[in-house]
Amino acid sequence: MALVEVRGLTKTYQRDAQVIPVLENLDLDIEKGEFMALMGPSGSGKSTLLNLLAGLDHPTSGSIRVEGQEVSGMSSRQLATWRSRHVGFIFQRYNLLPVLTAFQNVELPLLLTSLSKKERRDHVHTSLNVVGLADRVDHYPRQLSGGQEQRVGIARAIVSDPTLILADEPTGDLDAVAGDEILTLLERLNSEFGKTIVMVTHDPRAADRSHRIMHLEKGVLTR
Amino acid sequence: MAVPILYNVRSLRQRPVSTLATALGMALVVAVFIAVMALASGFSAALARTGSRDNAIVLRQGADSELASGLDRDAAQIISAMPFVARGADGRPLVSPEVYVIINLDRPGGGTANVVARGVSAQAFEVRKGVRVVEGRTFRSGAPEILIGRSIASRFGSTAVGDKLRFANRDWTVVGHFEAGGSSFESEIWGENEQFMPAFRGEVFQSVTFRMQDPAALKGLEQTLEKDPRLRVDVEREYDFYANQSTLLTQILEFFAVFVTSIMAVGAVAGAVNTMYAAVANRAPEIAVLRTLGFRPAAIVGSFLLESVAIALAGGIIGCLLALPINGITTSTTNWSSFSEVAFPFRVTPDLLAAGLAFALLMGLVGGFFPALRAARMPIVQALRQA
Amino acid sequence: MKFARLVWANLRRNKRRTILTTLSVAVALFLFATLRSVLTTLAGAAEVGSETRLITTNTISIVFPLPQSYYERLRAMEGVEAVSWANWFGGVYRDPQDFFASFAVDSDTYWPIYPEIEVPPEQLRAYMGERTAAIVGPELMKRYGWKVGDRVSLRGTIYPGDWPFTIRGVYRATTKYIDEASFMFHWDYLYEKSDRQADVGWYILQLSDPALAPAVAKRIDDTFRNSSASTETATERAFQASFITMWGNVGFFLNAIGLAVFFAILLVAANTMMMAARERTTEHAVLKALGYGDRLLFGIVMAEAAIVTLLGGLIGVLAARLLFSAATPFDSWMPGFSVTWPTIGLGLAIALVIGLMAGLIPALQAARLPVVQALRRVA
Repeated sequence: MALVEVRGLTKTYQRDAQVIPVLENLDLDIEKGEFMALMGPSGSGKSTLLNLLAGLDHPTSGSIRVEGQEVSGMSSRQLATWRSRHVGFIFQRYNLLPVLTAFQNVELPLLLTSLSKKERRDHVHTSLNVVGLADRVDHYPRQLSGGQEQRVGIARAIVSDPTLILADEPTGDLDAVAGDEILTLLERLNSEFGKTIVMVTHDPRAADRSHRIMHLEKGVLTR
Repeated sequence: MAVPILYNVRSLRQRPVSTLATALGMALVVAVFIAVMALASGFSAALARTGSRDNAIVLRQGADSELASGLDRDAAQIISAMPFVARGADGRPLVSPEVYVIINLDRPGGGTANVVARGVSAQAFEVRKGVRVVEGRTFRSGAPEILIGRSIASRFGSTAVGDKLRFANRDWTVVGHFEAGGSSFESEIWGENEQFMPAFRGEVFQSVTFRMQDPAALKGLEQTLEKDPRLRVDVEREYDFYANQSTLLTQILEFFAVFVTSIMAVGAVAGAVNTMYAAVANRAPEIAVLRTLGFRPAAIVGSFLLESVAIALAGGIIGCLLALPINGITTSTTNWSSFSEVAFPFRVTPDLLAAGLAFALLMGLVGGFFPALRAARMPIVQALRQA
Repeated sequence: MKFARLVWANLRRNKRRTILTTLSVAVALFLFATLRSVLTTLAGAAEVGSETRLITTNTISIVFPLPQSYYERLRAMEGVEAVSWANWFGGVYRDPQDFFASFAVDSDTYWPIYPEIEVPPEQLRAYMGERTAAIVGPELMKRYGWKVGDRVSLRGTIYPGDWPFTIRGVYRATTKYIDEASFMFHWDYLYEKSDRQADVGWYILQLSDPALAPAVAKRIDDTFRNSSASTETATERAFQASFITMWGNVGFFLNAIGLAVFFAILLVAANTMMMAARERTTEHAVLKALGYGDRLLFGIVMAEAAIVTLLGGLIGVLAARLLFSAATPFDSWMPGFSVTWPTIGLGLAIALVIGLMAGLIPALQAARLPVVQALRRVA
């Protein structure tokens, strides 16, 4: 059984009287330990798919099972809890809270768990170590470079040891060097720690670093 | 060159809730300001209307109120005979030696109120031009009859025409109601002095009020009367005497208005400062563009000040509108100078409305100043990069 | 509270805004505490008068005198332990606007009947032995820089002329509702110098048992009903309360102002919270993406609002409390003016309500924020 099983996934948006299909009857399996890239032109629905996988949005029809658990039917409240345990999300614009230090940003998802203060601290330090920012613990986002900010973002995504890491254009705002560092980091997370990663990108060089590339065009998956 | 006003109008409309909240906050400050000032103004107007500039009032030397005063019949006679006392058509002097006492009346809602009972002469209605019987008739000489001031009639029981009101161990028949141009006389009970004298304090008047032959000659007659060894009295223009009674309470109310509203204003201005800073921050790129186009910092300051003042003025106008309905509403308070209760209407004057608007304007200027300065000092390049 | 740091960090994000909002709530609650204390002080003053003392005045009103001859008859009443009397003098020192209470008291009986007005024994002895001696409140001593032994002269408004006095003692009130700015002197001096014109303004009766008050009061008033001056007798407490009602509808007036203050500050606070929340829409969306639930987010935004207003409220009411316990600007107007603990509690409750109401809309917005759209706006 695949880690993620998507069956007959359809998502449409209603704009006024018009129904706009974004994803149409989509099937997809993601195996545990996979590093998959999702490509496609803008408006192809790749971000929508990612949001659905993250449990941020409800599909119009179809099902998404993660570790055999049906996600698509959960309420918003259940989804929030589910996300905190199973999903690590990496944003294109990092989306760190400017008022919190790197440490505090990474700690955010752990506040939702029942971990003790000491356990939280250990987890945060481990994460920041993995992304190579052990010496930037008390820096605020504005004191970090773009690449460093994104690494904090990745540390935040892995700190709760989620089932699935979803990255939405993680290198989109970075220069080539910093982007390369981030991709290397993601590769390491995949190979060294066995993390399952789904990455949305439109940069072919980024996609080349993954194990599998899926193309999404007009709501339909192609290889 | 000034930044076009249209630019401000548009930006105000971009954040309607915030603009409205700020304006309403200021509106409440202005409304409270006007309301308390209208209370002070109503009170002082009622007392200012009480006295006439043509009349003089005579009290015993040293007495600061009618209550504390006492004049015997001889003194009243001497004053009546003075040449500077005006005479009526019948040739009799226009003078009213008066008995002035405070009585307790039961309030319908419980408790008692101090009310002035004034015993006047038959000439009193000629001496005091504004006093007019509006219901029933005036009292007859020699009868235990009384007239009730219009504003008392609505506030106490047993004051309708035909009712009997008991005070000073006697029953008095209410034969009429009178009005007195909104003055504090309307909060009094009037009867004949010769009837009140034995009922209260015996052979003594509290004051003598007379019409002056020549109102401009007050100084002269003041000297004549005050120097007269038979009298030992103080003389004052009737208008001044009553108007001065309002000074203390009016001052307290005005102090209170300023105290309360300036504290409120601190809060409202803090809100305006927040709003304006947010406006400046939100529009940093636009400001940079304006600067790049060649608008000078002064023009930017002017533009933001204008915006802040516009919000404040809108608040001021709303505040005026909120306060306007209280105009004319009757309230009552104790006139501590006479120890009696006076009813009077709130008085919202054009001056007060203007003062309220000026107050709003000031709040707008203060609230907008620092944010406007910040806007003008914003580094162009940095702001452009945010765009 | 592990989320406290997040709330705290948000409050520190725009320090100027947080400080200004706290300040505006603080001044509003300062104002509230002040206005409210006027009411509680008035209400308190209406309740402090003794229940075991009766005051007998002329029925017509307090400005009418009573005959001295009533003294013996009142003393003979059953249930009456002691009788004293006093009269309003209404003296003016220098400026008539600078008002204080001055009255003549029957020195032999007055001080024993008022144990809560304390005069040092040696000062009282000196006072008793001198016709023109006066006993003065500490507030007045301070106001005019008087010292014991000073000669002062008051101008009589009711009893004409200049009245010289020698200050022989300073009293201290052991309950805070007794005015410490009064001027008291021998009634005998008033009587003699006024050519025996002065009468008794009011009688004070000490009862053996407060339960007798209604019966004794009725018996007194019945006794004098058809005399030259009929009487009105009530407990000292009721007598005090009747003065309070002379202020008119202060309660309504102050409450109306209080309500306006409340809404003005609510608008300021709500506006600030909305601005703050609006700027943070993306961050709220991110938190949601991290798994923060709607209720948690609602709580975080609410907590932020409530902390600001509670802090402001605390500053405001405590400032009022400290200020008015250090300096009593209205002392001669309102003896015992102070901010009570219930007022402080009520002030804090109001501050909390303002915070919750101000935070409600932004908190709901945060809770209902659609994550996908909010994120798309930035991505």
